Amino acid sequence: MQYQPGDRVRIRVASPPGHYRTPTYIQGKIGVIEAVHGAFRNPETLAYGGDGRPKQPLYLVRFDQTHIWAHAESAEPAPFGQNDRLLIDIYEHWLEPAPEE
Amino acid sequence: MHEHDAPDSHLPLEETSELTYYEQRVEAIQALLIEKGLLSADDVRRAVEAMDARSPAVGARVIARAWVDPHFKQHLLVDAKAAIATLGIDVDTWSTLVAVENTPTIHNVVVCTLCSCYPRSLLGVPPDWYKSLNYRARVVKEPRTVLKEFGLELASDMEVRVYDSTADMRYLVIPQRPAGTEGLSEEALAELVTRDSMIGVTQARGPQR
Repeated sequence: MQYQPGDRVRIRVASPPGHYRTPTYIQGKIGVIEAVHGAFRNPETLAYGGDGRPKQPLYLVRFDQTHIWAHAESAEPAPFGQNDRLLIDIYEHWLEPAPEE
Repeated sequence: MHEHDAPDSHLPLEETSELTYYEQRVEAIQALLIEKGLLSADDVRRAVEAMDARSPAVGARVIARAWVDPHFKQHLLVDAKAAIATLGIDVDTWSTLVAVENTPTIHNVVVCTLCSCYPRSLLGVPPDWYKSLNYRARVVKEPRTVLKEFGLELASDMEVRVYDSTADMRYLVIPQRPAGTEGLSEEALAELVTRDSMIGVTQARGPQR
């Protein structure tokens, strides 16, 4: 496990051919590791009859809604609150350390 | 009244939709498996029947126990499958389950933006809206607008936490126990726990309704 709860991470931006489970809307965004789920078989090879090994660490990553959808903040009525968060499961090979603030 | 312009209400009803590529493929594979004697049509029917028979009552039973038993609730939050197994429910074939608790300051809601991942073992077959592009695309982006459409308005200083279950985890929301339910039995409490409250698009029912 490369990351620990509390670590700041950036979701990689990529569109590899085939099946992957990292939605575009979260790519490039910076979040914080909320929890480490453990290691799970990789859906990117499982989807094509592979065995999904080596297993990939899977993390729950937390984002501020105001960061993901910055452009929507001024909409009325507010689509989300200032404290609202999005949490999403991301495999380790889609994470990279976030740049310094 | 122009009788001759009116659509003919006596047209025969016909099956009009054609099978998609994947439906045809599934049907072909199923026919081959049956032909080779690897399974029977009754096996398939039985499996579908068992899937359809699962219902939110299982989830409601788990939530009601969590409301009355703080130790169970703690166990549920730490290791949901292990906690549920202590109720005598067979969890062997389940995906990894994560329970998240609603509190006076936090409201949780679950979606799968990529497909329709859903804790079927606890909640049965998902409702159509859960699988709709509308819900999946919008609840991550405008959660409060979507919750309002479900009839749920939350204080602006509350924290709404949207869980996008993109991988191997299945999420179960533990709704807040409604006020005025102190005297109710566990069975009566389970009646207040609806499917939608365990997805997080609403709260548990009040005791009066």
